This record gives sequence, C-alpha cells and structure tokens, in this order.
Amino acid sequence: MKDEKQVIRVRNLFKKFGDFTANHDLSFDVYKGEIFGFLGANGAGKTTAIKILSGLSYPTSGEIEVAGFDVYKQRELLKRNIGYMSQKFSLYEDLTVYENIRFYGGIYGLSRKEIKMKADELLTTLNLEHVRNKRIGELPLGWKQKLAFSVAILHNPDIVFLDEPTGGVDPVTRRQFWDLIYEASRKGITVFVTTHYMDEAEYCDRVSIMVDGKIEALDTPSELKKQFEAKDMDAVFLRLARNSSYQE
Amino acid sequence: MLILFGMPIVQLLLFGFVITNDLKDVKMAVVDHSKDSYTNEIINKITSSGYFKLTDNLESINQVEGVFRKGEVKLALVFEPDFATNLTKESKAKVQILTDASDPNMANLAVNYLQGILQNYNLEINRGKVLPFQVKPQTRMYFNTSLESVFMFVPGIMATILMLVSAMMTSISIAREKELGTMEILLVSPLKPLQIILGKVTPYLLLSFINALVIVGMGYFVFGVPVLGSFALLMAESILFILLALSLGIFISTVSNSQQVAMMLSMFALMLPTILLSGFIFPIRNMPLPLQLISNIIPPRWFIVVIKNIMLKGVGFEYIWKETLVLIAMTTVFIGLSVKKFKIRLE
Ligand SMILES: Nc1ncnc2c1ncn2[C@@H]1O[C@H](COP(=O)(O)OP(=O)(O)O)[C@@H](O)[C@H]1O
Ligand SMILES: [Mg+2]
Repeated sequence: MKDEKQVIRVRNLFKKFGDFTANHDLSFDVYKGEIFGFLGANGAGKTTAIKILSGLSYPTSGEIEVAGFDVYKQRELLKRNIGYMSQKFSLYEDLTVYENIRFYGGIYGLSRKEIKMKADELLTTLNLEHVRNKRIGELPLGWKQKLAFSVAILHNPDIVFLDEPTGGVDPVTRRQFWDLIYEASRKGITVFVTTHYMDEAEYCDRVSIMVDGKIEALDTPSELKKQFEAKDMDAVFLRLARNSSYQE
Repeated sequence: MLILFGMPIVQLLLFGFVITNDLKDVKMAVVDHSKDSYTNEIINKITSSGYFKLTDNLESINQVEGVFRKGEVKLALVFEPDFATNLTKESKAKVQILTDASDPNMANLAVNYLQGILQNYNLEINRGKVLPFQVKPQTRMYFNTSLESVFMFVPGIMATILMLVSAMMTSISIAREKELGTMEILLVSPLKPLQIILGKVTPYLLLSFINALVIVGMGYFVFGVPVLGSFALLMAESILFILLALSLGIFISTVSNSQQVAMMLSMFALMLPTILLSGFIFPIRNMPLPLQLISNIIPPRWFIVVIKNIMLKGVGFEYIWKETLVLIAMTTVFIGLSVKKFKIRLE
C-alpha cells in the first residue's frame, strides 16, 4: 500500500576516488514511506553512496534527486528535508541528553518551545526520562543509538538516512531499534538504511544488494529469495558474493 | 614512534643551532661631536671587528631615540666634543654607549663586546707610554632602563599563549568533531560551512582576547612592564594576531583527521617555531642564515616585533605598518586556504 511517489531518484551514479570506483553505475528509485535496505559487505560502497545522497559529498557523475531536490544545485533545500545518522556515533559525548537534543533542534531552527515539547515526547517514547540530564558518554551503546536516531528525525524530515545504525548492538536492542524505524515509517518518513546484517534485510520493504560498488540485485526480500531459490537473505547474499568473486 | 623519537632530536638540533650567542653586523649609529683621528680610529676598530656595522652618522644625541624607534639600529656611540684633546691633554676621554634595551640579551651582549674592543684600544694606544690614556665608556640603556628580561618575556608569552589557545585548541577541537563524527552531522545540517566555522571559532576568539588582556595586565601590574604606546592599537594588533592564529588552527584541522594529528601538527608547525624561532627566546639576528629566513614566515615573529614596539618603545602605527601588513597578508592567505580546503572536503 505504498505511495508510488519517488522520493529518491538515482540514475547512473558514479563515484571515483582516483582510479578506484567506489560506486559503479548505480540506478534506483526509493518511494515515499518505504523502508529501503541498502545491503552490502564492508567496503561495498554503502557509506560512499549514502554520503552523496545526503549532500555530504559530490558524485563524480550521475543524476540524483533526493526529496525532490537536485544534489548538485539544491543542497541547502535538500539538507533541510533529510535526517542523517552517521556510521560513527554522532552525539556529543560530553553534553547531556537534553543538551544534545536542544543543540540539534537549534541547528534545524526549531523554536525553544518546540524543542522542549519534542524532547519530552522523545524521552517518554524511549523510556529515557530518567537520563535526561546524564552525559551521553555514560549511557550504554544501545540507548545512545536510539537517541541518535530520534534526534536525526527530530525535525520531521521527508527521508532519514541511517548508516549501519545497529552496528555492534545486541540483538534485543536491535529489535527495539527496528521498532523505532517502523514507527518513523508509519509517520510517513522514508527510511534509507544500510546494514551488513542480512537478517535485518527481512524487515525492509525492498532491498538492494551491493557488491564491489555495483548493485547486483534489487527487489522485495521475498522476491529475491524466490529468484535465487534461497531460504533466507543470507543465502541470497552468499550466492551474489560468490558470483562476484568468480567473475574477477 | 617516529614522532616520539623525532621530536627530541628536532628540538635538540633547533636549540643547538639557535643558541649561538655571537653578535653579527649589529647596526650602529654614531654621534661624533669631535671628528678627529682618534674617534675615526675607534670607529674603524669597531666596524672592522665584524660585530658592528655603521649605518647612521647623527648630528645630535637627540636623534638617537628616533633612530632606535625605527627598530633597525640597536646601538649608538657618542663621542664627546674635543675627544682627541681630552685624551692627549687630560689622558681621559669619554664615549657614551647607548643601546636599545627592548631586547635586553642583545643589548647586554653588544655592550660587553664594545667594552672589550675599547679596552683593547686602550691597551694599544698606551703601549710604551708612561701616562696611561683612557677612553672611558659610559653606558645607557633606552626603553627598558632596568634591563629586565620580563620585558622581553611579556610579548613572547603573549604570542605563545595566543598561538596555543587560538590555533592549537581550535585545530584540536575541530579535528575532534571530525574524529567523533559530529562534524558530519553539522555538515549534513542546513548550517553553512561558514556558520559552522564561526561557531567553532568564536569561543576561542573571546578566550584569546581575554588572555591577551590578562597578560598585558599582569605584565603591567605585577612586573611593571609599561604600555607606552596606544592601548587600543595594541589590542587591535592582538586581535589581528588572534585571527591569524585561528585561521592557522582551521587550516590545520582541515588537513588532519584526528585529534592526535592536529595536536602534533600544531606542536611542530606552530608551537616549537613560536618558542624557538620567533625571536622570543633567541635573538633572530644571531641565528644561522637559513633559520633567519625561516623565521620570516613565522607569524609570531612579526607580532612580537609589533607589540614590543608598542609596549616598550611607545611607537605609533607609522612604525609598525609593515609588520602589520605581513600579519594581514598571512591571515588572508590562511583563511583563503582553509575555505578552499573545507570545500574540497565536501567532494
Ligand atoms: N575518501 C576516500 N578516498 C578513497 N577511498 C575511499 C574513500 N572513502 C571510501 N573509500 C573506499 O571506498 C570503498 C567503499 O567504502 P564505503 O563506502 O565506506 O564502504 P561501506 O560503507 O560499504 O563499508 C572502500 O574500499 C573504501 O576504502
Ligand atoms: Mg560504511
């Protein structure tokens, strides 16, 4: 029942670092409200692509539109309409939970009142009221990640980009994290998430699988399993990975 | 590892090279009220020693201070009228040595050398004579009459602290954001790069400015270092230097990805040269030529000259515009480079 409106449109995206091609001819669309999984092994080029989509770096070539804005010419507008959670942990460790929320709210131009309201709402949802004035550095990783995600969508973006948000987190917290993702998706936020945990792929509406900078497969998880006659996404991925090394 | 072992070696080399306490071609003015064969001979002796170079012949002792203010000439000799007559008739003639003591090490050294030369001359002309002639030097210091080295230290410390706070702290704090990933969040936000940089730099600008005030205040109230020139000019120059240091800090942070790298770069590229090559501790004129040349590209070198001139000599802007221009040029270059680098980072 997804709205068929494209919110990300990528055509022939190339990104080169010198001789090395990190993203090779990527073309895909992401639709509004969708949870789009961007899968690939370490070094496949996921972070490179996500940075281009979120306006952090320029592509070498290709046509890219995000939230209706061109990544070359309309960066300012684009940045206003997206959220981003980096692969590195991205809250200020030596500020308190509330100070971090206030800081990011401030950056995105939310008013004092809005910030306070959002902070209360967010802390209640996460059940983290009791650490409101604790320094981020003192919290367990799982809590930090959940906070970082909530802060990334504080300004109600059209799209949120999550780069390996569950890296190094225990399975229980990972599950809770995915609940947050669903919740955001229900509110109409399009979620673009990278991961190298194949089990998480099952939670996505559609996934693309990237191998050595190229998109080797793109479909719903069930279609992909059918197509590759595999019992789970892990097997799909293994098959693709094997193909790629045979070709070389 | 290389850095750990390299550092002491570099330090050692620098110290070794820099601490040569020899004088060379110190520029000297002469006020010769007598102009006779004796004074001529003495001047010749002094200039042929290689330590001193005669640059100005002045008419009156009143001109000396003006020449000192310009900063080139560090030393003046004043021969009394009828020098030769006094020497031959009364076997006693006076010569006055005036020095610019805003650089006390230098002044002391120069006076010692001169006295040595005059002593030799005394011995020479008295050889085989019954009645000893005597050329008597009298010494007078300008600008820093009590010859306190704290006078020298205040400008140097000021340059060092401002460098430390502005450049080193800025570079480390920006590098820290890059290392931790918070920088990406700032870059991905609607904030413009300029806003991000200003946001990072403003606190350090304020902090540095307060530091500058504290240092000058401490110098004045605790050590009695005067501020003879315009206080406003002094502060304006300090702000210029702080801006320069901040732009250096930003530049360093754009080329380093971690706090350690930023710190090392600041140490090597900024702090060591500031302490060793800026003329703070070791007089520039005594360094070997290559180091003298290098010292020209070290910002604090110019800043120290500027504040020394304002504080100790009380000169106005007309005497320090050249140094100021150098500082402005350096600031422009580094701000330009950082902006360019910052853009490239977004590639
Ligand atoms: N700035 C860069 N310069 C050169 N090579 C880079 C740069 N950034 C990433 N790469 C290379 O691009 C490849 C893909 O990296 P990345 O996108 O981070 O992979 P992933 O996020 O899928 O693990 C890697 O081989 C990496 O070394
Ligand atoms: Mg990555």
